[in-house]
This record gives sequence, C-alpha cells and structure tokens, in this order.
Amino acid sequence: MVKVIKYVVYDIIRNRFVIGYTLLLLVMSLSFFGFESDPNKGLLSMLNIILMVVPLVSIIFSTIHFYNSYEFLELLSAQPMSRKTIFFSQYLGVCISLSLAFLFGVGLPTYIFEGSERGFTLISSGLLLTLIFVSIAFFASVFTRDKAKGIGIALGLWFYLCLLYDGLVLSALLTLSDYPMEKASLVFTAFNPTDLARILVLMKLDVSALMGITGAVFQNFFSSKIGISVAFFLLILWIIIPIAWAFKLFNKKDL
Amino acid sequence: MKKLLAILLFTFPSVVFAKTWQVKNIIQLQNTVRIAQKGDIIEVFAGEYLFKDLNIDKSLTIIGKNFPVFDAQFRGEILTITANDVSISGIEFRNVGETSMIDWAAIKVLESERVMIFNNRFNHCYFGIYLSSSNHCSVQNNRVIGIPKEEQTTGNGIHAWKCDSIRIQHNYVEGHRDGIYFEFVTNSIIEHNYSTKNIRYGLHFMFSHRNAYQYNTFAKNGAGVAVMYTKGVLMKYNTFKDNWGGSAFGILLKDISDSEIEHNIFNSNTVGVYMEGCSRLNFKENIFNQNGIALRIQANCDENNIEHNNFLANTFDVATNGNAVFNYLKENYWDKYEGYDLNHDGKGDISYRPVSLFSTLIERMPQAMILLRSFTATLLDKIEKIIPSLTPENLKDENPRMKPNLIQPINA
Amino acid sequence: MTKKMIQFENINKSFGKLQVLKDISVSFEQGQSVAILGPNGSGKTTLIKTLLGMVVPDSGSIFFERQSIKNAFLYRNQIGYMPQIGHYPPNLKIRQLIDMMIDIRNSKENNIELDEELIDEFKLKTVESKPLGTLSGGTTQKVSAALAFLFNPKVLILDEPTAGLDPLSSEILKAKILKEKQNGKLILITSHIMSDLEELASHIMYLQDGKLQFFKELEFLKIEFCEERLNKIIALIMQKKTKIYT
Repeated sequence: MVKVIKYVVYDIIRNRFVIGYTLLLLVMSLSFFGFESDPNKGLLSMLNIILMVVPLVSIIFSTIHFYNSYEFLELLSAQPMSRKTIFFSQYLGVCISLSLAFLFGVGLPTYIFEGSERGFTLISSGLLLTLIFVSIAFFASVFTRDKAKGIGIALGLWFYLCLLYDGLVLSALLTLSDYPMEKASLVFTAFNPTDLARILVLMKLDVSALMGITGAVFQNFFSSKIGISVAFFLLILWIIIPIAWAFKLFNKKDL
Repeated sequence: MKKLLAILLFTFPSVVFAKTWQVKNIIQLQNTVRIAQKGDIIEVFAGEYLFKDLNIDKSLTIIGKNFPVFDAQFRGEILTITANDVSISGIEFRNVGETSMIDWAAIKVLESERVMIFNNRFNHCYFGIYLSSSNHCSVQNNRVIGIPKEEQTTGNGIHAWKCDSIRIQHNYVEGHRDGIYFEFVTNSIIEHNYSTKNIRYGLHFMFSHRNAYQYNTFAKNGAGVAVMYTKGVLMKYNTFKDNWGGSAFGILLKDISDSEIEHNIFNSNTVGVYMEGCSRLNFKENIFNQNGIALRIQANCDENNIEHNNFLANTFDVATNGNAVFNYLKENYWDKYEGYDLNHDGKGDISYRPVSLFSTLIERMPQAMILLRSFTATLLDKIEKIIPSLTPENLKDENPRMKPNLIQPINA
Repeated sequence: MTKKMIQFENINKSFGKLQVLKDISVSFEQGQSVAILGPNGSGKTTLIKTLLGMVVPDSGSIFFERQSIKNAFLYRNQIGYMPQIGHYPPNLKIRQLIDMMIDIRNSKENNIELDEELIDEFKLKTVESKPLGTLSGGTTQKVSAALAFLFNPKVLILDEPTAGLDPLSSEILKAKILKEKQNGKLILITSHIMSDLEELASHIMYLQDGKLQFFKELEFLKIEFCEERLNKIIALIMQKKTKIYT
C-alpha cells in the first residue's frame, strides 16, 4: 500500500489547489500571529480558521479528488491489488497530503509563535478535523457516482456540521431550558466533530470560564483529564466510522 | 566601677534582671515558664516537646533554636498567650487537634497587646495563629501549612477577631479553611503574604474597616478571596490567580463601600472580581488577564468607578444580571475592542460595550457554555453589536483606550 | 494442447432495473484472440469489468485458470488491461507511473521479465519526465498500451486499443498484439474498427442486449455467411436480428 500512497501524495502535493490552500493558511496564520501582539488573540483567530476553513477545504478537495481519480481507481483495480489497498491508499494519500498542507500552513507558524501546550492542542485538533473531513468526504463520494451530487452532499454536510448544528443545539437548549440539559448538551457535542475539536481547544484556552459552569457533570468533564481523553477518543471515532463505512460500501461497489 | 554598675542597675532594671533560660526538654520548659520572671528570655533547643495547653501569662520571649517541635498530638492546643509583650519565634508547631466546641489553635492570643509571632512553622494544626481581642500584634514570616479535610473540620491559618492595629506580613498559608481570616479587625495591614490551596477563601474578612491589603498573592483557593460588609478598604498590588470553580472568584466583594482597589492583577480566575451591593469603589489600573469573566457587576452595585484597567484575553470582560447599573467605565483597555481612533488621541471614537450577548445568554442557560466560540455564538455577538437589544444599554466605556494603559508592574 | 484460461458460468448482472448481462456462459482458451462485439450498451464493457473484478456479478461464477475470482485479486497478476480512456494522476510523470506499476506488481521480487518493447517503439522514454496531465490523448493511449504489455501477462484485455492512435502507432500496437497472440497469449479486444479486428481476432463473441448471441471462430463465420469481410458479416448479423425482431 505504501508504494501507491507514495505516488498519490506525490501527485496531490503538486496540485495547484493544495499549494494554494497551504499558502492561504500560511498567510492567514502569519498575519494573525504577526499583527496581534497578544498570541492569545492569534490563537482565537486561528481557531476560527480551523473550525471553518480547514473542514471546508478538506471535504471539498477530497470529494473532487475522489471523483477525478475514478478512472485511476479503475486502472488500479485491474491490477493485482485488493479493494482495501486501493481504497486506503487513496484515503491515506489524501490524508497525508492535506495534513502536510495543514502542518506547513498552520502548524509551523503556530509552533513558532505559540509553541505552548495550547498551541499544540490547536494544531492537533486541526489535524484531527482534517482527517475527519477527509473521511466524511470519502463517505459522501462512495455514496453516489454522480460528481455534482457528491460535491453537493459534501457541501451540505459541511454546512450542517460547521454552521447549522450549533444553532440547532442552541435552539434546543432554549426550548428545553426548563429541563436539566447538562448531560444532553455534552451529548450534543459528541455528534459533531467540529464541536468536539472546539471544546478540546476551549479546555486549554478558556478553562477558567468552563470551570464556572455549575453542575457535577461539567465539572468532572472539564476539570479532569477524562474530558480531554473522551474528546480525543470521540474525534478518532469520527475518523474511523465514516471511513470504515465508506470502505464497506466501496468494497461492494461496481466501479 | 561599682558606682557605674549601680547606676546601670538602677536605670535599666528590666534589662539587667532579664534572665535567659535554656531548656532542652518538656519538663524544663514547663518549669521555666512557671518560674521565669516577666521579661525573661527562654531559649528552647531542638527536640520534640510533646505537650498541650501551655499558658504564657507573663511577658516572655520564647526563641526556638533550630526549630524545636511543639507537638500536641491532636489532643489540644499548644500555647495560649494571655499577657502583653510576648514574643514567640523559631518554633515548629505540630498536630493541633480539632474540636467543634472551641477553636483549638497552635498559638492562641487572648486579650493581649503587642504580641509578636514570627519565623515559626505550623504543620497540621487545626487553627494556626488565633488572635482574639488583641491589639498591636504582629504575625510575620510564618509558614502555616494544614492538611485540609471538610470545610467544617478544617480551621483557619491566621485568624483574627476583634483586633486593632495588627500586622500580618510575609506569611505563607496553605491548606486551611480560610488562609487569613479577619472579623471586626480595624486599622490593620496585611501585606506580602502568600495564601494558597485553602479549601474556602485565601483571605476572608468581614466588618473590618480601614484596613490595607497589599502585595499579597492569593492563588488556587477553593473560592478565592471574600471581602464583606466593610468600608474603607485599601487593596493594592495584590495578585489573585488560578481560582477555578463554580463559585470561585479572584475576589468577592459583598457590601463594600468607599474603598480603593488598585494595581491588582487578576489572572486566570473563573470570575476575576464579583461585586454585589458595592458602592463608591475606585477600581483603577488593575490587570484582568485570562479570566472566565473578568468583572461581574451585580445590578445592586452603584457609583463605582472603573477606569484605566486593562482587560486582556478574558473569555468575557463584564457580566451582569440586570439592567440599571450606574457604574462608570472609563478609559479602560479592552482587547476585544474593534473601534478606531481617527483623531489619534489614544481613545477609541466609538464606545465599547463589554457585556456580550452570549454572556447574557449563559446567565440564563449555563449549559450553553459548550457553544462558546462557535460560529453561532460569534454570529449572535456580531448581530448584537450592530443592533443592541438585550445587553445593558448604559454599561459602556465611552473612551476605551486603543492601547493598554501603562500600569507599573508589582514590585513585591 | 489448448488450456482453458477463463470461464464464465451463468453470469447475470443488473444495474437497477436494467439487466445488462443475461446468463452468460463462455470460456476462452490460451492462444485465442477474441473480439467482443455488439451494439452500444450490449454489455461488452460490463463483461470485461466483471472479469477484472470491478463489477461483481449478481449470480454466476468466473474462473481464471480454474480458480474462482470471487474475493481474489492475485489472479490479476496474469492480466494486462488497457482501458478505453486512461485517466492518470495529472501531476505524476510517465516514468513515475511506470515505476508505480512495477512496484505494485512486485516484478523485481517475482522476477517477471519486463517487456519494454512498446515503451521503446512508442519512444516513451523521450517524454518520460512529462506530467501525465499534460499529455495528448494519443500519448496517453500509448502509455496505457505500454503498461498493459509491460508485465508479460498471460491475458491481455484491450478496450478500444487503436482509438486515438495515429496510423503508425496503431500499426506498431497491432503488430505487438499479433506477436503476443503468436506467443500463446489470450487476447480479448473490443473495438469498433472492423478492419483491425479482421487482422487481429481469431474468434468473435457477439453480445446483444446483455445476451451472448454466439461465440465462434472467425473462419467459421466467414464460411457460414459466405463472406470474407468482417464488417459485412456483422452488418448481416445485425440485419438478421432486426428481421427477427420485426
């Protein structure tokens, strides 16, 4: 599999879109950290990029790439390779390329300007979100053979997870404010990877505020290592489940 | 020569007759305290002294050499001072037992004046130093370290009740209920103390007028610092940090009036300052950094001046529970301010409203905190900035600074 | 002595409501050169794809050298496939694509002798550092062809091999196909260029509406229809069919 991944990565990192994405991230990171005297504000601006731009680019690029590689996938499947190898070499190839772009565009400047635990949390949640949205993109792509439809599904998922979902949670909390919603609100976040990533960063950035929420469930969740471990674990599930499901579909799919 | 001696004897009787005793065990100590005369010095040599309830009823100076250990084995108090001009230093006090009837303390000072307690260590004592109705006493350079249990079964580190003109300086207090506790104490100074990891308050005082608190650090206490029902407080150059929790504050101000709070640093607290029923306070040149809520002003506060402070990297700058707040925000620096300064006078041309919609929302629904910094929360705040509707209209800084106010660092 | 290489047994396949392969049973032997013919949408490409494992039949089995290909992939070591239109990662260079294929096929470990004849004859070495995305359709076809023959496979599946090639290259490729046929390889070709097939094919397999109409030697067909030219024969077949249906 490594043999193929190598070439997939080689191909993608020469892609103009990916180069542009890297440069865009780099310019944004440098301007956020460069213009702000307070690295804390820089981190917060970076958080917005990580929660919006990174998922958007990851999901759209991966979807387009999948459809553009369709004939190549056919050619590979005429070779003595299992479907598993073909599929995961593509997936990992895209993951590695976009992670490299992210690490270069965001990881490096963050490390230079804010190489603290907070900076690392930011980088790792961005990295996890990259992998998650590539997974989701592959899932969307395997679902339908129609490229336009696939991109539509991917965009829809991004819109739902990154913009709409929190609004729905907020209105749910408002409507049900007479009930104890403590556990429920934590459960809500588990169903959205961007929320999980955001909370992971909040646990480093806004810990003083989070500790102000009364209620034992919150206190336990945010004050201990448990919260961080649970969030990480769920994020990793968010990588594994879509891609495993996507592979299941791909394995039976007629190319 | 004889004549000279006679004159000296006549002139300084106390000096000349003051005798220095040296004790090496508990029997000697108890006997010496009994037979020593007023003004005598007792030097206590290193060793274990297991006893309880020793009463010092005359002016003695007790000096520990290489920290002799006074151990009450949890059966009672150690020293009770009922005389003026007693000095206790260089001793390690250990294992004062707890009781619900009387507050047992390592050193209890009752109705005495000018008692000095310095350079001592206190380990695992129910109460450390307990001053009651004693004036002009000083407590300096002590290390008071307890092992906290429940709030009811843990005593205070340094406790003062009904005292006047006392000085609490350069002490380190850890692991008690309240690190330093003042009730009905007036005209006193608390400075250069470090109070940390106490299960309730690092500093707790009530009905204690005209005191000054300076250069202290209060860190990681269960609920921070509580200051209540007091007038004329001077709080300067203190650091309040890392007080986290559902009801933890850098400082809780309840019914405080006519006081000055200046040059303090509030760093990384769940709530930096919590004000309830406060009037005519001057908040100047404080730094609020990385707090959950920098400043919470309850609606029953009025006539407070909040000016030339720096608000940096707080999750929320100001929160309030009501609307009619007659408090004045002036020329503070708010790092969240996004205005402009066309005439270059260093002050923003549009006013800054430090209460965000999202923080108002969290007032009503604390669980909405999980949406902090989400797209939705940002959107709400942006809309509110353009069309203010829910956040208090009159709580705003008309002249926010474009750059942080120059505030001298604390030289502790 | 001929050897049964590939065997289809009662293959059925539907895409939704449309049944594209209907109970197809046929077997191919070593040394045959089979032209798979039929109108558009008759199921030629699907049949090839089932053989390559890209499409899984709803029922029936396919055997490659007497082994079922279900859930297998190593048998594809024996197959060289030339797709109708090659789409390759645009930023890879020709050399890298070839290297990748060599890597995949483990040819160094397996000691497969590489057949670089087409690479040489198409002069691909002179353009080997060009990214695949910049190649013309014809050059891409040359790359596809070269890759199909590179590993000296026992079976060659060529989907419209000469489409898009210039006459000279087309001749080179046809010569190569004939040469490999002579070497005892099994060759499956789909093409719309009858004159090419006339030269290349030994057998004709004719599909219509997903059904196998016949699988016969070209020589027999010529006798049967008293006609030398393949395109005439096919025209006759198609006419005959229409007659039957009308």
